[in-house]
Amino acid sequence: MDVPVTESELEAAALVCPSCQASVTTGEQFCEACGASLGAEPPAAAEPPAAAEPVAAGEACASCGGRYAADGYCENCGARKPNPRDHFTEQPASWVAGVCDKGIRHARNEDAMALAADDVPGSRVVLVVCDGVTSAIDSDIASLAAARAARDVLGVSRAQGLGIESSRLSAMTARLNAAADAANDAVTAATPADVAGNPPSCTFVAAVAEGTLLLAGSVGDSRAYWLPDDGQPLMLTTDDSFAAEQIAAGVPRHEAEHGPQAHAITRWLGVDGPEHTPRSTSIEITGAGWLLACSDGLWNYCSEPTDIADLVRRTAADHGGDPLATAEALVAFANDQGGQDNITAALARFDTPTTNEKGAD
Amino acid sequence: MAEFSAEVFQNEFLPDGGTDVHAIVTVNCAGAGQAGQSGGEVGEIVIVDTSGSMGKDKIQAARVAAAAAIDQVLDGTWFAVISGNDQARLAFPPSPEPTMLRMDPSVRAAAKQAVAQFYSDGGTAMGTWLILAARVFAAVPTLTQKHAILLTDGENQHETPEQLTANIDAVRGMFQADCRGVGVDWVVEEVRRIATALLGTVDIIPSAAEMESEFATMMQQAMSRGVAEAQLRVWAPQGAQVLFVRQVAPTVEDLTSRRQEVNALTGAYPTGAWGDESRDYHVAVRLAAKGIGQEQLAARVQLAVADQVVAQGLVKAMWSNDDALTTRISPEVAHYTGQTELAQAIQEGLAAKASGDSATATTRLGRAVQLAAETGNEEATSRLRKVVEIDDPATGTVRLRRSVEKLDEMALDTASTKTTRVKK
Repeated sequence: MDVPVTESELEAAALVCPSCQASVTTGEQFCEACGASLGAEPPAAAEPPAAAEPVAAGEACASCGGRYAADGYCENCGARKPNPRDHFTEQPASWVAGVCDKGIRHARNEDAMALAADDVPGSRVVLVVCDGVTSAIDSDIASLAAARAARDVLGVSRAQGLGIESSRLSAMTARLNAAADAANDAVTAATPADVAGNPPSCTFVAAVAEGTLLLAGSVGDSRAYWLPDDGQPLMLTTDDSFAAEQIAAGVPRHEAEHGPQAHAITRWLGVDGPEHTPRSTSIEITGAGWLLACSDGLWNYCSEPTDIADLVRRTAADHGGDPLATAEALVAFANDQGGQDNITAALARFDTPTTNEKGAD
Repeated sequence: MAEFSAEVFQNEFLPDGGTDVHAIVTVNCAGAGQAGQSGGEVGEIVIVDTSGSMGKDKIQAARVAAAAAIDQVLDGTWFAVISGNDQARLAFPPSPEPTMLRMDPSVRAAAKQAVAQFYSDGGTAMGTWLILAARVFAAVPTLTQKHAILLTDGENQHETPEQLTANIDAVRGMFQADCRGVGVDWVVEEVRRIATALLGTVDIIPSAAEMESEFATMMQQAMSRGVAEAQLRVWAPQGAQVLFVRQVAPTVEDLTSRRQEVNALTGAYPTGAWGDESRDYHVAVRLAAKGIGQEQLAARVQLAVADQVVAQGLVKAMWSNDDALTTRISPEVAHYTGQTELAQAIQEGLAAKASGDSATATTRLGRAVQLAAETGNEEATSRLRKVVEIDDPATGTVRLRRSVEKLDEMALDTASTKTTRVKK
């Protein structure tokens, strides 16, 4: 979850969280740093996200075998009926999987993801992650709609261009831009007509690989990384954030990403968002490795490409290279670090292409 | 049709290993209408002390006051008057057997004539008045809402405390009673026991001249309670313990021991009749601690009318390792915890003072001054000021006043359970 902020807002941001003194922006409901409520609770009407299944009274409680009441809690032990929106997984193919989780501190999961992949490992994959903005009440609905809309654009169309590398790339880039447009339209569609103040909004990151061509682009501060088994790990995206601007100006990454406005993003999807063409990067995949798309709920605890590469390699090794188990373990890692934010980790495993010189792991 | 709503105020965050959840639940009732509107039949009894101590002035004021109350009784309400001294007598309707009459213009005229005949004589045995009132109400089996106004002016001399207790227990739950003492010769503790058992209020009427308006107001309020009877229900999860259930506004009443079992996990606490009003409840539940990040329901706090749940508030528990979240104290919980202790400190302080224990009285009333200041209860502060000299409200440093008006001391006592709302 991020905070959209304009330059003028950045300068004007003198508000601090009453609990932890971190900087906050007008209109936020919860402090981004500590999760403390900053004012009025969102209206109850916003409570059941559109993507969540309505609570079915009478269903058996997962904790004690009692029944869930209509209020969403067990009649016997009081356990909350799990909201499917709080933790969900996707695995479109054996080599691609993602986990999206509420984390510990936040009351709602405003992260979202949507994945697509062909069955043949290493062939074709789409990873989309959107991170809803905390200050808007329907961002959980908007982020999921956005991720799915983008995935559908990227997953259905297979424009190959003229078949040569440069034309494939420009065709893929055009699709990526179209996907961002579709995601932005979805956020707009999820915005109530009478919205006042903070319309729903979210970040956007999409990574698409077709064969050995990998393209990734983002709006906001959700990220894609290429983490080869051997060689230099890469952060494929550039954050649209105040922290990134500071890093570009020479402030060390750790300092910038933990500063008072670390979570302030300068671009986002939404009716009040600025221009939203993804800033994209493409690479040629030359060896085995992991493609990771994630929200700041994960990278907050492990931002440097080399660190996150170590984490993913280690975690994957612990789970026999299984993408779903590895993604679950990455989410568990972030929760173990405090789970300050919603967490999304989407992974695609690329084994050594055809030649098999290095041997698949 | 009355509409109820419930709102919960709490800090749902518990630290690692935390077990106790506190919440204030505000229940609001709107559109209650007038007594009897919801279909049931309503009974009202005016019970007036006619013992010898009522003398000339007070008995005259009682005649006027009873007539003023009668004027407020709605037509169609079943009605009776009891005059009480060391025994109880049905003053109206004129009948050797317990009975009631439905109010209409001619009944009203006759009832006023009857109360004009009050004369003072004999002693005081309030328990017998209550027993007769229960029998009179029982004469009309269709009554669904039963309320009495009780006036006394003296100590319950012609009954042992044990007899009074037995008589109170015999009528508990049969009807509601708002009780008033006129002058300074009655005992707050005795009358409070009656009012508490009968889900009513207790207050002092300082002078006979104020009886008329007080009676009219009490009856008016009774007639504006369109909901005959409601229960507060508290559900707690299996294995949990309900530590206490208290009404904390408009007055402090501990309901914990009044629990009636609805089912193994749910207790019902009678709350009597409701008008358009709001009442606050403090519920405390002890849970088995769960892991960090876990959430569960700690209590469902409901209001039930005729066995139908009409409002529900959810009290939650979420375990967190974030001190910033878990150390916050709900201002509502803090406020009413202070107000409850305030009531206790005043009553204990006055009891110690009465028994000549000045040291305890000074400490407890000092604590009361401190709590009244902290919770912004200015009425309590000004009542306390009449009993103690306040040197420093912040530390609760006080000195007992050398001479205190009995009236001021009793007013402090009767008002001790009245709370102020949280300043929003």
